Amino acid sequence: MLVSVKNLHKSFGDLHVLQGIDLDIEKGSVVAVIGPSGSGKTTFLRCLNALEMPNKGTIQFANDQAMNFDKSPTKKEILQFRRKSGMVFQSYNLFPHKTALENVMEGPVVVQKKNKTQVRSLAESLLQKVGLSEKMHLYPHQLSGGQQQRVGIARALAIEPELMLFDEPTSALDPEIVGEVLRVIRDLAAEGWTMAIVTHELKFAEEVADHVVFIDGGVIVEQGPPSAILKNPKEPRTKQFLNRLLNPV
Amino acid sequence: MFLNNLLLAASDPVVDWELFQSSLWPMILNGIQYTIPLTLISFVCGLVIALLTALARLSASKILAGIARVYVSAIRGTPLLVQLFIIFYGLPDLGIVLDPFPSAAIAFSLNVGAYASEIIRASVLSVPKGQWEAGYAIGMTHRQALMRIVLPQAARVSIPPLSNTFISLVKDTSLASLILVTELFRKAQEIAARTYDFMQLYITAAILYWVICFILSLIQGRVEKRLDRYVAK
Ligand SMILES: Nc1ncnc2c1ncn2[C@@H]1O[C@H](COP(=O)(O)OP(=O)(O)OP(=O)(O)O)[C@@H](O)[C@H]1O
Ligand SMILES: [Mg+2]
Repeated sequence: MLVSVKNLHKSFGDLHVLQGIDLDIEKGSVVAVIGPSGSGKTTFLRCLNALEMPNKGTIQFANDQAMNFDKSPTKKEILQFRRKSGMVFQSYNLFPHKTALENVMEGPVVVQKKNKTQVRSLAESLLQKVGLSEKMHLYPHQLSGGQQQRVGIARALAIEPELMLFDEPTSALDPEIVGEVLRVIRDLAAEGWTMAIVTHELKFAEEVADHVVFIDGGVIVEQGPPSAILKNPKEPRTKQFLNRLLNPV
Repeated sequence: MFLNNLLLAASDPVVDWELFQSSLWPMILNGIQYTIPLTLISFVCGLVIALLTALARLSASKILAGIARVYVSAIRGTPLLVQLFIIFYGLPDLGIVLDPFPSAAIAFSLNVGAYASEIIRASVLSVPKGQWEAGYAIGMTHRQALMRIVLPQAARVSIPPLSNTFISLVKDTSLASLILVTELFRKAQEIAARTYDFMQLYITAAILYWVICFILSLIQGRVEKRLDRYVAK
């Protein structure tokens, strides 16, 4: 077990978005998070990276003290907790004033204070892994959406997180370039990265995920292996959601 | 008598070239000696004050934010000339006697500090929230995200309005003539007091300011073009 989430709650004012999430993520597994719009998928992922502060519950990484959100954690605890996972954003959020290479180097150099020459070769190999060796010295606005997202993935990988988080990594992309990003994620799965991916790409989820989580109304309605959840869902809400996604009117 | 005067005026050459030649150089000299240093010193000090003020206003501390807000409001709500007089003519009442030049430098720095802090604050706020989050997501502290990610982007946004502040400052330094700083305009006044050629001397001074500001706006255009290279459209 790499991560264990227990009874996680998050509200925005009166809006109770996460109403007690329990989830275990195995080391080396890929978890696909699906669910209708507004169900709290993004909020859940952001809580895992402390970009959103849960109001209640615990998140525990293996061999580490649990983060207990019942009392507010200190800044230092938040920082330490956050550095365990890397986040890939729906809208990439690359640093526009830095080249692709500099974007990837920023974390290891500035946060981890690693030697710059070593980081440079690490960053170059990561960009090669995502197929962007040729574009290293370009600025984000000179790259296509798919290329930007691949830089975003390399940037998150560079800090060598234990858990990679993806929030609909392809939903801002044109259909014909979705594939190039999914291919990278597929490679990462094969390399054994532990990942949690919010996605609407059911085919992709079925193929790469070891575990599928269906969230609706701020709770996990159903979870299990992709064959069970995507092919033979038990809960009516899951059936309804999958039906609507597969047969859009 | 009236007619006589009119004739005299008409027979006067429109431009007294001798006076022009003899007055131009001293004015340029005083410009180089006082106007330009006063502008540069005040702008640099003003930017430092502005950055600190902007950060104070954006900080979580209510006290810091409150102090910064009062400072900005007081400076923006009072005339620059009054601020100059308070520092040069007013402070001696409290036993603080400053020379004209430092008085002017302090007044202009405080003035630029207040106006530029609003520009910097707006620029920081214009950087999308996702940029902070991307910084946090790679493990940055608030300070690291501010210094490495947000401020560099805010700087780019704030350069055009800050250049305008700078150009205004060049012109505003002429007010320092009223607290006896012998800058460009004061020199023009001194010569005019001797020769009574008010029109010609003040026009000359105006042209000199214009030339300085024109050169500055050319530089401004170039800098902005350079910055545009990295900015997505
Ligand atoms: N910062 C916020 N302040 C207030 N409400 C928020 C905030 N972030 C999210 N919400 C609300 O929380 C609910 C869940 O949002 P969330 O973004 O987690 O949904 P989602 O499952 O990711 O949806 P989608 O599939 O559309 O991305 C929504 O009703 C949203 O409006
Ligand atoms: Mg979402």
